[in-house]
Amino acid sequence: MVAQNFGHALFCAMITLIISFPILGFNLEAQGINVTLTGAKTTTIIGVVLASIIVFGFQLFRDAIMGALGTLPRFNPLAGREPMEPSRRVKLESRIITVLVVLFLFWPFMVSRGSVDLATLVLIYIMLALGLNVVVGLAGLLDLGYEAFYAVGAYTFALLSRYFDISFWLALPIGALLAALFGLVLGFPVLRLRGDYLAIVTLGFGEIIRILLNNWTNVTGGPNGIGGIPDPTLFGMEFGRRVKEEGNTSFHETFGIAYSGEHKVIFLYLIALVLAVITAMVIRRLMRMPVGRAWEALREDEIAARSLGLSRTAVKLSAFTIGAFFAGFAGTVFASKQGFISPESFVFLESAIILAIVVLGGMGSQLGVILAAIAVTILPELAREFSEYRMLIFGAAMVLMMVWRPQGLLPMRRIHIKLNRLE
Amino acid sequence: MLVLEDVHTHYGKIEALHGVSLEVSRGELVSLIGANGAGKTTLLMTVCGSPRASNGRIFLEGREITGDTTANIMRSGMAIVPEGRRVFSGLTVEENLAMGGFFNSKEEIRKSQAHVYELFPRLKEREHQRAGTMSGGEQQMLAIGRALMSKPRILLMDEPSLGLAPLVIKQIFEIIGQLREEGITIFLVEQNAHQALNLADRGYVLETGRIRLHDTGKNLLNNPEVQAAYLGG
Ligand SMILES: Nc1ncnc2c1ncn2[C@@H]1O[C@H](COP(=O)(O)OP(=O)(O)OP(=O)(O)O)[C@@H](O)[C@H]1O
Ligand SMILES: [Mg+2]
Repeated sequence: MVAQNFGHALFCAMITLIISFPILGFNLEAQGINVTLTGAKTTTIIGVVLASIIVFGFQLFRDAIMGALGTLPRFNPLAGREPMEPSRRVKLESRIITVLVVLFLFWPFMVSRGSVDLATLVLIYIMLALGLNVVVGLAGLLDLGYEAFYAVGAYTFALLSRYFDISFWLALPIGALLAALFGLVLGFPVLRLRGDYLAIVTLGFGEIIRILLNNWTNVTGGPNGIGGIPDPTLFGMEFGRRVKEEGNTSFHETFGIAYSGEHKVIFLYLIALVLAVITAMVIRRLMRMPVGRAWEALREDEIAARSLGLSRTAVKLSAFTIGAFFAGFAGTVFASKQGFISPESFVFLESAIILAIVVLGGMGSQLGVILAAIAVTILPELAREFSEYRMLIFGAAMVLMMVWRPQGLLPMRRIHIKLNRLE
Repeated sequence: MLVLEDVHTHYGKIEALHGVSLEVSRGELVSLIGANGAGKTTLLMTVCGSPRASNGRIFLEGREITGDTTANIMRSGMAIVPEGRRVFSGLTVEENLAMGGFFNSKEEIRKSQAHVYELFPRLKEREHQRAGTMSGGEQQMLAIGRALMSKPRILLMDEPSLGLAPLVIKQIFEIIGQLREEGITIFLVEQNAHQALNLADRGYVLETGRIRLHDTGKNLLNNPEVQAAYLGG
């Protein structure tokens, strides 16, 4: 085995050397107007050589290493156990979600402003991932342009507030509905597509929306984006130091407390929390309704689903529309949180991250998706000390995760439909 | 019950059915046999509206369904056991059956389910097993059970004996006979000519998109041409 791998290992080590040496081994230094080429420090050279040796070693003992990784799940405390009874599992899952929600509820009062801000972002990603989970996890439609609907929600609020002075609360449903409309519009041309083809077309759609936002300068401000997006108000109370809008009062004056910038952050966080909970509950509900079962049937076997009289059009469009609706929700909250948005915020990487959350969480499982959203959003922040290496660490964590649990954190155990109990 | 008049079906430019006419009367069991690629599956799929017939007319219980959508056709008293079973492999047996009765009330679903379990006690034993982990024979039973869940008046079956052991095939054909006794009209497509014709009231032989022969089941079994081509001489 090892002898067989020797040639391959040598080849991989050479490739590593060939690729990394010119990139890391030389430095371009500007001296006045001239650029000179200097060799890198010895430590870098040693690093490059060391990396090649590691690659060589890994490839040589690849089978043994991957085999050992394969046995890792044995260390998993849950692995040896009998699978839990479905009803108990559902109960446990609900309980964990309740604990999470309570924790989320008290979170802002225990930590710093920065952490609350981050937690708001986590909640936004939870909404996005739950929405995409409907499309990808339940209906099995690989959508790579999901950020477009997020952008539609965010821009709807930004533009409405800019041109029509519309408040957050009115923009929230409008943004979500408009995003849903876009979902419907995208749904039509891709009805007949599956798998890779669907992925490519949705990817294109995401890009079209971003490029449109970028180039329609006189409306969207192009790459400069839109600023001054208002914060949400609480029954006409504003959270700023001074009231901006005629007829509104200010929160701290009404309650006779000192002004603090934190109020606004916490309020926004709580809105995001409520919306995330609503998203989770609505989708949970839908999963148990006929439409949820139709999504699954379509994912499992399209021809069989159609042979039972399910309309492919209705089932696919409903998945796209509902997924997009919640992305619009998330987008509106995001715009309000940032106060400024530009097409930069809605690049393909966003879609990729949301998709990663869904896949890591275990397609279709809500709790898994929520945990993955927390992990994926917080991990890069924790790794901030490593500055430029944080995406590298993030990537490595994902690769390890996929080797360890290819089915995701908590693969979906479908809620069993007990016919005998239905009355 | 089901009438096809000069039905043509195209895949792009290629014509797979060159004008097929046939009829299945109420309460009958009609078999259609033919070699690989004769167009048997195409014929059944055309009846279901996917692909659509490019020419000719199809009637179900006197109503023309030629241009209807698949969803509509499949909700009007017809069900199909598709070629290759196509059970929902990630769903349990019970859930597969529930999907079959998607448009029925819970009360009706429960009744049909009890009936299916009566026909196939094996499925009852495996109620909570994932369909994908079952044997081919069990999956075929499930595919038939799922089609029955919508309480169809006419049942189309595409090679239900495909890839099964002789003993299981015998069992499946017994069930088909039993369904006929219950009054369900059956249009059975088979490669297994002997059993299919033996059971059938009438039979059709399809050859490269055309009906070659049409007679009672018994007569076709004794027909030298059929014996040479489909019954191994
Ligand atoms: N989706 C398709 N696109 C193009 N041609 C097709 C398609 N499906 C079937 N055909 C062609 O139509 C003809 C009839 O195919 P069909 O599947 O109906 O045969 P069959 O009688 O069911 O065969 P078998 O017994 O092998 O299932 C074949 O020549 C086949 O190549
Ligand atoms: Mg066929």
